[in-house]
Formats: sequence, structure tokens, C-alpha cells
Amino acid sequence: MPAVSKGDGMRGLAVFISDIRNCKSKEAEIKRINKELANIRSKFKGDKALDGYSKKKYVCKLLFIFLLGHDIDFGHMEAVNLLSSNKYTEKQIGYLFISVLVNSNSELIRLINNAIKNDLSSRNPTFMCLALHCIANVGSREMAEAFAGEIPRILVAGDTMDSVKQSAALCLLRLYKTCPDLVLMGEWTSRVVHLLNDQHMGVVTAAISLITCLSQKNPDEFKTCVSLAVSRLSRIVSSASTDLQDYTYYFVPAPWLSCKLLRLLQCYPPPEDGAVKGRLVECLETILNKAQEPPKSKKVQHSNAKNAILFEAIALIIHYDSEPNLLVRACNQLGQFLQHRETNLRYLALESMCTLASSEFSHEAVKTHIETVINALKTERDVSVRQRAADLLYAMCDRSNAKQIVAEMLSYLETADYSIREEMVLKVAILAEKYAVDYSWYVDTILNLIRIAGDYVSEEVWYRVIQIVINRDDVQGYAAKTVFEALQAPACHENMVKVGGYILGEFGNLIAGDPRSSPLVQFNLLHSKFHLCSVPTRALLLSAYIKFINLFPETKSTIQEVLRCDSQIRNSDVELQQRAVEYLKLSSIASTDVLATVLEEMPPFPERESSILAKLKKKKGPGAVSNELEDGKREGGELNGGGERAADTTAMAASNASTPSPSADLLGLRPGPAAPVSSGPPCAGSLLVDVFSEGPSPGPNVGANDDGFLRFVCKNNGVLFENQLLQIGIKSEYRQNLGRMYLFYGNKTSVQFVSFVTTVTCPGELGSHILLSSQFSCQLFIGLKTMD
Amino acid sequence: MIGGLFIYNHKGEVLISRVYRDDIGRNAVDAFRVNVIHARQQVRSPVTNIARTSFFHVKRANIWLAAVTKQNVNAAMVFEFLYKMCDVMTAYFGKISEENIKNNFVLIYELLDEILDFGYPQNSETGALKTFITQQGIKGQHQTKEEQSQITSQVTGQIGWRREGIKYRRNELFLDVLESVNLLMSPQGQVLSAHVSGRVVMKSYLSGMPECKFGMNDKIVIDKQGKGGATDEAGKSSGKQSIAIDDCTFHQCVRLSKFDSERSISFIPPDGEYELMRYRTTKDIILPFRVIPLVREVGRTKLEVKVVIKSNFKPSLLAQKIEVRIPTPLNTSGVQVICMKGKAKYKASENAIVWKIKRMAGMKESQISAEIELLPTNDKKKWARPPISMNFEVPFAPSGLKVRYLKVFESKLNYSDHDVIKWVRYIGRSGIYETRC
Repeated sequence: MPAVSKGDGMRGLAVFISDIRNCKSKEAEIKRINKELANIRSKFKGDKALDGYSKKKYVCKLLFIFLLGHDIDFGHMEAVNLLSSNKYTEKQIGYLFISVLVNSNSELIRLINNAIKNDLSSRNPTFMCLALHCIANVGSREMAEAFAGEIPRILVAGDTMDSVKQSAALCLLRLYKTCPDLVLMGEWTSRVVHLLNDQHMGVVTAAISLITCLSQKNPDEFKTCVSLAVSRLSRIVSSASTDLQDYTYYFVPAPWLSCKLLRLLQCYPPPEDGAVKGRLVECLETILNKAQEPPKSKKVQHSNAKNAILFEAIALIIHYDSEPNLLVRACNQLGQFLQHRETNLRYLALESMCTLASSEFSHEAVKTHIETVINALKTERDVSVRQRAADLLYAMCDRSNAKQIVAEMLSYLETADYSIREEMVLKVAILAEKYAVDYSWYVDTILNLIRIAGDYVSEEVWYRVIQIVINRDDVQGYAAKTVFEALQAPACHENMVKVGGYILGEFGNLIAGDPRSSPLVQFNLLHSKFHLCSVPTRALLLSAYIKFINLFPETKSTIQEVLRCDSQIRNSDVELQQRAVEYLKLSSIASTDVLATVLEEMPPFPERESSILAKLKKKKGPGAVSNELEDGKREGGELNGGGERAADTTAMAASNASTPSPSADLLGLRPGPAAPVSSGPPCAGSLLVDVFSEGPSPGPNVGANDDGFLRFVCKNNGVLFENQLLQIGIKSEYRQNLGRMYLFYGNKTSVQFVSFVTTVTCPGELGSHILLSSQFSCQLFIGLKTMD
Repeated sequence: MIGGLFIYNHKGEVLISRVYRDDIGRNAVDAFRVNVIHARQQVRSPVTNIARTSFFHVKRANIWLAAVTKQNVNAAMVFEFLYKMCDVMTAYFGKISEENIKNNFVLIYELLDEILDFGYPQNSETGALKTFITQQGIKGQHQTKEEQSQITSQVTGQIGWRREGIKYRRNELFLDVLESVNLLMSPQGQVLSAHVSGRVVMKSYLSGMPECKFGMNDKIVIDKQGKGGATDEAGKSSGKQSIAIDDCTFHQCVRLSKFDSERSISFIPPDGEYELMRYRTTKDIILPFRVIPLVREVGRTKLEVKVVIKSNFKPSLLAQKIEVRIPTPLNTSGVQVICMKGKAKYKASENAIVWKIKRMAGMKESQISAEIELLPTNDKKKWARPPISMNFEVPFAPSGLKVRYLKVFESKLNYSDHDVIKWVRYIGRSGIYETRC
């Protein structure tokens, strides 16, 4: 490109800029700019035509003023005029102005496009480059519409100069990124692939960026690039550092190109052709070998370039996941980096190892570094590196080292950074559950977890521990004992109280034999925490108390005393008050047999995926819809398995038994025995529930808050269910023995639901009541139609 | 309770930094510079809160004065102090400029020590300060013990603003009524808002400890007198002359109790120049000039402006320094001006046509017409038409205020009211005097 010579500088512009810089105050600067703007306006308005030089100068000044933060609303025409100049500098300034200040102004866009078209067909490489740069810089849809067809032609034309090809490739990439629909694949695609064989390294580098982007969308069209890329890579890797002259960077041959090639290969599965594969493996081995060589230079750029290639190569090896030998070597290489002086390298090594750990071939190799990683977790200064170390520990954990890793993570948790605590807690909880051989160890771990990081323990974690304790008979006694001991600490976290309340309420009898933990002692211990807890926990504790009455009749009078006191029976919170009143009545009216039936031990929970796992996934950021679906599943699981809710349900069932009011528990959310729907008017209510619990087709999505259902006690319409995907509304009207019910399904996503099915089933005893079920489904169908 | 006081130049470099309280750290200096002086957006508010620290600033030319505090102070008090501080500095070394501040570095610190103590404002009366803070180097050796004790007793005494034993051969007294008139008028000539803010500035060169009494045509006083003695007729004839003062403030020498009870202004004046009172009126304002604008848009590229100004006061009086500022659109590319009187010029740097007339008698009329050429632009935004503003100076008080008397009583020395030579002058200036077009 022609260099701007000294004599070409614009004196007027230099003077103006130095004036502005010498201004003593903002006001002075604005004055100077106003003056200059008036001058330029009068010059542009002037009758005599300006020569190219002064036009360029004034456009430059306008540009400078714009960059200082002032609005420019004229001069576009002059800039467009500059485009048709034959002088490089004038054209350049014109393009610069347009790429900075262009807006979708219809008439000007046409002129600009014309000028660009002229330049593209001018065969002057510098002009073509300028035009391409402008297109890429503006990168608007209009530009793409006008030139998406032209640029591929330039890119693959045989007589195009190398520098233009380079620009064209990058320009096309930009247009493709903004409007992929406008860049049509055609016969040029195959020829673009062959640019990988180009003599000019710059062209190859530019082309590979384009190909990588294109092949992510259309992998089949660019399949042929794999063998070309491999041969290119092997040529670079095997070349001596002096071969590629301009493209050797601190003794590393073409590092950018190598990285891009490796990244391109990561878009495809391992090559099937044996020869190509052999060559690639050879390349990767060479790269790994080179990492072992002593550095050729002490400069940081040298090692950076070398490591960049190495990490890309390792990423590729992990991506293929088929060469045990290479995987182990990569792991060893990363192991070396784990102790490197450079923090960035340690970070990258930990991150790459995380993915390595999931491969069956290298899992064992990764495990050998456990001491180093634990050490990193403890001593690293940078929190992001510690986070990676924790991730890696999580990834490398298996049955053999679970106890060690969980212990280490627990001990780290006490000093861990606040930002990563919640995630750490989830990880510990998952690992403890996943690799628990001995469930007493699991209970210990989780209770420890709650003790150490109570605030960061989410609901899911303690729900889960209760599910597991209930489902495993062998651990119940131990759990009760441990919880009892844990509660004896003077200050314990609310989550601990919840777990304690639940477990003692269920299994307090297992440890009641010991005089140190006699029923009254247990009760007093729980009740001493009562006043420090929030409302939901208090509600849970009240349920625990009524269970105590069932388990230990000798505590009955004490507990009744507690329930009767004003702070319970006249509590300002409705939920607490209701529980206190109902439990008190229940304990005094019901016989022991009834009590024992109502307050029977919880049945085991159905086994399902751990809700904690889903929570962790969610925390990592759900990427795809599939993830969201899993979330939906999780919510469902949580609903069905949630310990507290289960307790609530029993409680409510109990209250229903005593008071025949259509109280909150119309739902029968929990499959299982504990939902006796009371007799009484709301036949519609129970019907509603059935529709809900069995009906809506995306079964796993079932999940809602019971507040929503509570509303239907006194309302006939509202939203029945809602999650990220779907909203179900209901509207119903009843007249004597007739009822009409509309269900509305709302699609909350931007995509269409396919094979959307709803079924309505009536549970046994209700089936005989409902006569108009056919009409019912018909209405349902109409509702569906209108919504979709 | 001002925590600290900083003075910066236009670049934000600290010229003076005085910290009075421990709660203001060194970083406060930088905080103000970064957040206000070098702020990306121009800071218009005079009070800025940065990290629970309040910064009150005033700007004089290119100099920034900032008072800093962490406490909940009376903002009006702080600004009053800052203005007072400006006055004091001006009285000591003239214009407040970077150069002057650098040259009087020591003096300023000495002043700051005196007028602020632990952040509480102290005596900031220039006359009093000048007796013990001087620019002539160390004078203490020449000052006798007596003089020193006299200063102490004066400054700590009841009349801190005047020392005893002043003697003049000629007892003289100058009284200036300075007013600035503010106006916003609609294009049709309807007054949208108008008020006058005025000051009475005195220069007194009187011997001894005289007692003065100042009288003006305050409506309340006149009405009271009308009721008391004079006939209704007389009251009516002078009734037009009386004015309603909306609010006023006085120099500390004025006896406020007497003003409250009798609405008479009596005081022992300080020696030299001082501001006796400030006041504001909003009713029956004499508008010295009327501006009649006429703007016509001829197509997209041309604008015709005609402005007529009419003087509206006695023909015998002369207005001076008249300047009319007619804003031009932002896409002006050329301007032709024709005016009968004075000089008019298009000032591109201010986006305005500035028309200057040296003198103009009352009840006259003058006009200017301009053709403005515009450059067509791409954005369709319409020009907002900012108002036409005006500057002038007239030799009367637009509020109608008249000085009725200023009596001087000095019982101990042998001069009477008649021996004092008194000079009274009225100057009316424009404040923000705008007419929409």
C-alpha cells in the first residue's frame, strides 16, 4: 500500500487539532469546534467546487470532531464524492468517514454501494482492499444484500491478488456472521477449501477463519478440508523455524495458523482415512515432543506461542478421545504445567485436565495428580484458578478417592471464596451421594456441610439427605443420633434445624432408648431452636412436634402446653396458627390409633435423578433446550420428593381428617397413600387435580407452586401451571350438577410444539360422577386451537 | 462544618489544599478532580456526592473552589462562605486567576486559617481582616502593643466591622443602587417571568462612630407614613413611587431588631466599601427594552430574521453597552446582516449574531435584519429556536427603587448630617433578558 508521505499531511487539520488540544476549558473547545464547523459549512456551501485535497481535509476535521463526541449531520455527500477520487489518501479518508458515520440513509447508501462496486471491479488491488474493508467495517444487512454474491467470486477468482483474497475472505466472514442467510453456499465453497493449499500464508490464515465458521453450520460441504488441513499442519509442524520467514514468530513457525488449523479439525470427527489419521497423529506427537524441547528463546512470546499450539493440540486430542497413548501424554504434559510458575498456564492446565478426566483412557492418568490439585486448591492466590482446581477435583473423583476428595473440599470450604461456595457445596453434596458406599459417611458429610456452610446449602441439598435417610433403613438410627448430636451445638444453622426436626420427628424413637436422648430431651433440644427460626422452619417443627406426640405419648402434655401458648395458637402467621390449632385439636380428640394412622412413618420416596445435579447444571448456565427440560424434570422431582412438602402434605391430610373444610390440600401432588381427599363439595377441585397430575402431555414438566393451587379454593379461573416452556390456564363454571371447564395451553417458547397431546383421565371413583367427558375433551381441543 | 477546602486550576491541578477535619482524607482531592473537573459529562450541579462525601464547588473563570464535608451541613451556608471567600480574595489581590493564586499562596493560607476554624466560618469582613492580615510582609515589629490589643478588642468586640478613632478631613459617602433585571418574554410580547435582583453598595469615609439611617420608597414604610401624617392626596401622588420588596438581606451592621419593629434601616457603617443590602422585587418592573423578533423560514436553505428593539424609558436618559444576541441554527453556512445602528457580526464560535450598540436614548427604536443561509442536512430534527438574549446598562433602577434619605448622626464629633457629602447613583443592568422567537 502506498505510504502516506510527509508532504501529504494536512496542515489545516494539524493546526485544528493542536488548537483543540490547547484549549483551556470545555467551553473554549466547544467554541473552537463551532467556529470550525461554521467554516466547513460555508466551504461546503460555497459556489466554487472544492479540490480533492481540501475536501479530504474538511472531511477529516469532521471525523475528528465526531470522534470528540459531537454530532455531525452533514458532509456525508462530500465523503461519498471522495470515494470516486483516484488518489489513495482521498479514497481512504472517504471510506473511513463512511465506515464510522454511515447510517441507513437510503439515497446515500445507493451512492456508496455504487462507489464500492466500481472499486471492486477496478482491478486495482489497493482500491479493492479499501472497498472490502469498508464493507466489513459497516457489515450491515444492506451491505450483505448488495455484496454477498460478489465477494465469493473475488475470493476464488484465479487472478485476484493475495492481499485482496485475504481481505475478501475476512469480509465474507463478517457478512456471514451478521447475515448467514444472505451468504449462499455454491460452487465457490469447494474452491474456498482449496485456498488451504495457497502459497501465501496470509491467505491461508484468512481463509481458515472463514472455513471454520462456515463448516460449523455446514459440516458436510467442507468435509474435504480435513485432509487439506492435516497436510498443511504437518508441513508447518515439520518445517524448520527458518522456513516460513515472515510467519515465524519468536522461533515458532506460524503459530496463529497452526492454532486455527487445530481448531478447524476440532469441528470434525477423527479422519477415517488411515493415512491422513496417521499423519495427524504424527503431527500431534511432534507438537507434544516440541513441548519437551528446551525453549529456543527466553522471551515470553516464544513460550506463549508454543503453548498456544500445545493447548489447541491437547484440545483436539481430547476432542477425538480415541488415542489412549496421546491422551496419556497430554495428561502428563498438563501435569507438568500444573506446577508451572505462570498462573495462566496453571489455569489452562487445570481447565484442560477437567475435560481429560472425563475420558476413560486418561482418567487414571489424571488421578495421579490429585495431590498437586489439592495443593492448588489450598495455595493458589487467584480465585479463578482455585475454582478450576475445584472443578477438576470434582471431575476426577471416583469411588477410590471420593473420601479423600470430599474431605479436602470440605476443609477448603471453610476458607473458600464466597463466590464459589454455593457451587462447592453442591459438588460436595453430589459427590458424597454418588460415591457413598457407607451411608453413615454420607450423613456425616452432609451434616458437616450444613455446619460449615449453612448459608450456601440450598434447599435441594437437605431435601436430598432426607430422601436418602428415609429410603435407607440401615442409616436411620445413625442419622437420628448424629443429628441429635449436631443440634447440641449452641449455634446451629437453620438448615440443620430443618433436617433435625424432620429426622427426629420420623426416627426419634430409634434413639429414645438412650437416657441422654430421651424423648423430652429431644423435644426440648428442638424447641430451644424454635424461636430463632423463620416461619417455614417453625411450621416444619410444629409438624415434628405432633409426630412426637405419636411416637412418645409421654411428651403429649408438654407439647400440648407448647401448642396452647399464645405465641403459637394466636400467631400472626396464618400457617403457623392453623397448624397449632389443628395439631392441638388432633392430639386431644383423636385416639391413639387414629393418630398412629395419620402420622405414620413416611413411605420411601421413589428413586429419581438427584435434584442437586440438575441444580448444579443450571448454575453452570443452561445452554440448550434439553437442559431446560431437565430442569423441568428436576422441579417435578423436587415436588414429589421434597421432604418438607411431604411433611406438609401429611399435616394437611391430618387436618382434613379432622375438619371437613376444602383446605389447601386439594392437590394430592404426591403420588402415594398420603393424600386422602376429603368428602365435600369440591368435586371439581379434585377433578382439577387429576387433570393436572396426569394430564398435560410434557409429563416431566409438571411442577408448580402450591400457592397457585390454593387460589382455586376460592377462584374459578387462573393459571394452573407455568414453567419456561408452557403455561396452562383454567377457567371453570359450575351450575348444580353441571360443570364446564376450559383449559388453555400457552406456548411460551419461540418454537412450535410438535406432537402435542393432552389426555384426560378420571380416577376410579370419580369416573362414575362425570358423564360429559366427551364434551369435556372437545372443549379442551378448542381451547388448544385458539391458543396455538 | 466544612471538612476541607481545595482550589484547583482548569486542568484539575491542586493549587490550594487545606484540610480542617480528619474525616477528609487526601483522596478527596482526587475524587473531586476525577468525578467533577475531568468528568466525561459536564457536571452542572454545584453539589456533588462522592462516596458519602459532599463537594460544594463554585467556579471563577478557570479556577475551581471546592468545599468538602462528610457531615450534613447547611449547603446555603457553605456557598455563602465560598462566595465570601471569593470576595475576600478579590479584595486582597484582585482578579481570581491561577497566577494570582500562585503569587499569593502564603496569604491565602493565612486567610483560610483566619476565616475558617475547625471548619466553622469566622469573621470574614475584609475591612477587619485587613487590619491584621497584610500583604506587606511582617508588620508585627512596627505594630505597637496598643495597636495589637486594639485590633483584638475590635475583632472580638461588639462592632467587629469598624475600628475606633477613624478620622477624615472630608466626610464623604457614596451610595450605588445596582440592579439586574431578568425577563422571559413570549414572541407576542407577553411577559412570562420577570424579576429584579438589586444591591445597595456603599462606600463610606466618615469619621468617628457615626450612626446612619437609610430610607427608601419601600411600600410598607410609605403606606404607614401616609396613614400617620400626610393626607390621602399626598399619599397617592407618591404612591406610584413606592415599591414592594419581596425579600431582602442586610449586611451584619444593620440592626435587624429595629428593622423588624419599625422597618427602618439603621446601622454603624464599616469603613470603606461594603454591600448594605440585597433585595428582590417582582412587581411593577420597568422593562427598559422591548425586543420584537420576526423569523421567517424561506425554504430549506434560507432563514430571514428581523429584530426590532424599542427603548422604553425617559428620552433624556441614555442606555449603554447594548448587545443583542440572535442565535442561529446549527447548520448555518453564511450570514448577511444589515443594521441601521451599531455593529452586527455573525460569531460562528457561538452560533449567534451579535449586535452591539454603544448608546441609545429612551423612547427610540432600532432594527436589524439578517439573511441566514443554511446547509441542507440529513437529519430531520427541527431547529429548537433558542431565545434572543440582550445585555444593556441603564442609569435608573428598573425596580423603581428610590433612595429617600441617608442620615448620618455622630454625637461625639462635631459634624452633622449636612456636612457629609453624599453621592447617589443608580445602575440597572440586564441579567437574563430573553425573548422567545
